[in-house]
Amino acid sequence: MYQFNEEEQMILSMVDDICTDIIMPRAQEIDIQDEFPWDIHQVLAEQGIFSLCFAEEYGGAGVGLHCWLKMMEKIAAVSCAVSMMIANVSLGSAPVVLFGNEEQKQKVLPELASGEAQIAFGLTEPNAGSDIGGITTTAVKKGDKYVINGNKVFITSGSVSKYFSIFAKVIGEDGSRKLSCFLAEKDMPGLVIGRNEEKMGLHGSVTTQLFFENLEVPESAIIGQIGDGYKIVFQSLNKGRLNNGAQATGLVQAALKDATIYAKGRVQFGNPISEFQAIQFMIADMEIGLQTCHLMLDNAATLFEQKSPDLMKYASATKVVCSDMANKATADAVQIFGGYGYCKEYPVERYFRDSKIFPIFEGSNQIQRGIIAKAVYKEYNE
Amino acid sequence: MAGIWVFADHKDGAFRRVIFEMLSEGKKIADFLGEELSAVILGNNVESLAPQLGEYGAEKVIVLEDAKLASYTTDAYSAALTSLIQKHQPTVLLFPNSSTGLDVAPVVAQKVNTGFVADVTEIVYEGKLQFKRPVYAGKAYASIAFADATRPMIATIRPKAMDVADPQAGKTAAIIKETAGDFGDIRQIVKDVIRKASGRVELTEADVVVSGGRGAKGADGFKLLETLADVLGAAVGASRAAVDEGWIDNQFQVGQTGKVVAPQLYIACGISGAIQHLAGIGASKCIIAVNRDPEAEIFKTADYGIVADLFEVLPIMTEEFKKLVASA
Amino acid sequence: MKIVVCAKQTFDTEAVIALTADGQVNATGITLIIDPYSEFAVEQAIQMKEKDGGEVIVLTIGNAGAQSAIRHALAMGADSGVLVDDPAIAGGDSLATALILAKALEKLNPDIILGGFKSSDIAGAQVLPRVSSILNLPNVNVATHLEWADGKAQVTRELDDGVEIIEVALPAIIGAQQGLAEPRYPSVKGIMQSKKKPINTWTLADIGVDAGAVGAGAAKTKVVQYTLKEARKGGRIIEGEVPDVTKEVVQLTRTEAKVI
Repeated sequence: MYQFNEEEQMILSMVDDICTDIIMPRAQEIDIQDEFPWDIHQVLAEQGIFSLCFAEEYGGAGVGLHCWLKMMEKIAAVSCAVSMMIANVSLGSAPVVLFGNEEQKQKVLPELASGEAQIAFGLTEPNAGSDIGGITTTAVKKGDKYVINGNKVFITSGSVSKYFSIFAKVIGEDGSRKLSCFLAEKDMPGLVIGRNEEKMGLHGSVTTQLFFENLEVPESAIIGQIGDGYKIVFQSLNKGRLNNGAQATGLVQAALKDATIYAKGRVQFGNPISEFQAIQFMIADMEIGLQTCHLMLDNAATLFEQKSPDLMKYASATKVVCSDMANKATADAVQIFGGYGYCKEYPVERYFRDSKIFPIFEGSNQIQRGIIAKAVYKEYNE
Repeated sequence: MAGIWVFADHKDGAFRRVIFEMLSEGKKIADFLGEELSAVILGNNVESLAPQLGEYGAEKVIVLEDAKLASYTTDAYSAALTSLIQKHQPTVLLFPNSSTGLDVAPVVAQKVNTGFVADVTEIVYEGKLQFKRPVYAGKAYASIAFADATRPMIATIRPKAMDVADPQAGKTAAIIKETAGDFGDIRQIVKDVIRKASGRVELTEADVVVSGGRGAKGADGFKLLETLADVLGAAVGASRAAVDEGWIDNQFQVGQTGKVVAPQLYIACGISGAIQHLAGIGASKCIIAVNRDPEAEIFKTADYGIVADLFEVLPIMTEEFKKLVASA
Repeated sequence: MKIVVCAKQTFDTEAVIALTADGQVNATGITLIIDPYSEFAVEQAIQMKEKDGGEVIVLTIGNAGAQSAIRHALAMGADSGVLVDDPAIAGGDSLATALILAKALEKLNPDIILGGFKSSDIAGAQVLPRVSSILNLPNVNVATHLEWADGKAQVTRELDDGVEIIEVALPAIIGAQQGLAEPRYPSVKGIMQSKKKPINTWTLADIGVDAGAVGAGAAKTKVVQYTLKEARKGGRIIEGEVPDVTKEVVQLTRTEAKVI
């Protein structure tokens, strides 16, 4: 396992403190109000949490992915909604970080690192979820600009972001349609922010529709090259999937902790229910799952840092394991709490709702398994 | 010369109960060591206070009066006490663990080159005299002894930790009047004193304390607490959460960083029971906790727990205590 | 203004206290943190520097492990640290601590000295008053607010039943109570910068303290034994309808607990 250095330990200790002192007391309220928690965003920005995502030359802290993921896990364990706004900065900025030119990086990344601005990842469409080939948003060159038309759904932090990484198909003069990525800004005419979705969980994390009505972006907004879209999507999502894995692991941790404390205190038939084997097995399975999640995340983060060609397979596997485990652990936690677990008074009810998105978004677990199978088949062709 | 000395701190012409507690315990120390018990009064025009100290067991009362001692300053009081110690060389010197006692005692200890033990809750008479005090936020106790040649043994005594023996009416003490030497420069200039007396008994002296936490939700919640406190003649306290929210002044905070209380009855309302709060209430004889969360830590410490909203419980509790007190 | 903060490293306030076989407090596996009262003082010092400029030096006694407490203060915004580390210090009492701090402070020659009025672990509540006596500097203890100007400090000092406002000339020693300044969380930037800030280690010889004057042999007080506080016996939750439960509990205070 990766050993955190002294600075990383200090950072993670600070994260523990703000989780306990600031985020935890607000977590239930954020869930009930279902509004973007700007107060918490401000604290995270002041503390430099967003800077952990970026290199020093762009105002970042220059720490590795392991520290970033552990931070995410800790925050998700107290409020998954809050962890979403952090994860989203990582995913939204990934196209610029991985494929952007220096000018684009200098323009966007320092603002993201300081928390002054947020960025959204604009990929999913009403009819193009798992199948990104089905994207119908188009970009047409007009003079030295591109005119974008179409719409996006389920865009995390869409209504609070200044920048947008937007995926659209550039229609060439020859009729070709090449998936490409553009850096758009909130104030650009033709970018219309739609309503926030009412979701089952992750209340407080805003999920928004975007409409492009003759949105004009300059040529300089192209990230990478025309036609780099697929490459940008897949590489960005590799990192995104590790973020999701860390968030889901936070939920496993929270479920385990709450269920254990409750089981030790809840007395039935004259004994704490923690002494019944049926409960012990559920608790033990949560612990086994937590250990598994930690090992998979650690390994995948190392592969990411090594720029390993195997990353995609491992990132997908990590996302699958952690998200499935989060679903199981939070459901078991509700079960252990019984009727109380079904009530909003206890946070396990929130963990359960929050966990359900993880096997769905950023590539459903079915899609992930497809990716893994393809990688395996390729290995045995050779 | 030798002797057990009690620093008889006074306010508005009266002694707080801790002074009598110290005299009662001081008598035991005097008997244990075969020495006599004296009290020390500093101030201006304070000799009239001396007889009461005799009734509580002081055989002598040393009175040092000076205009410069009319109100407390670290420099004047430490200078006065240092000169008295150098002259009389007592064996033991006890101070109350109050804002004055805790301020002056360590300075005096340094000036006469001796040890000092703060916040003592028990004197142990085993071989050497031992001063037992809570450490690690009340999670443990340390019993401390002085090296053989180290005198006087200086300590501050926590209020309500020790019993008061019944006073003996008419018992008198010899009054020894001392005069002040040179105080030197008094470098602390007291610009203002703001007493935030709530008209209630002080937290550290109270027999009943009613405290509120985050669950009190604001000033309205504290009004309910005060109504109950009125019925019981209680002090009102608060957890750090309530103080941080600004619902009550921080002098009423109970806990490790606030006041340590030792009432007969402590009623914790809407307080979760963080370790830092529990550190301040452990010496309470009986604790009632009212909290909506059945998992709240406070229930592990409380003698009686009520799982309910304090806004529902307190009006009923106030009426019930009113009946109980009236029936006494 | 040159501000020196005397800081202490202590057990995490959440730590479970246990005793070793020979009756000492077991420190194994316990997380060490900067003492919360020291932290109030560090925050106050940094705010003073942010307002008026100057320099904040953190002074600590301990072994190399105590550097993490200094690092925490540096990450909050202090400029440098001094660690007095010497094997002869072990087993010393508060007089020894005060002597070492006083000698180190003489060498640092600050304009104001801050520190916790007590610590959260041993809570001896005497080191700074002793230092003030050794250095012959005025001392204001249990401070909850501090204003400073023209070589003077106005300190709000907590009393049992209120506060008093005390003016002293600088240099002076101020003992921090909760409320003096709410400590900030070190930011990521502060943490990354802290590794570039210097921590100087001094021995007793460096500050002119005779090893015989400190340590266990010179101690005037000694802990004879530690005992653990007995856990309050588990209480009980009275169950039922709120009016009935409340009435029952009130009755129990007389019939069972006998406190009313």
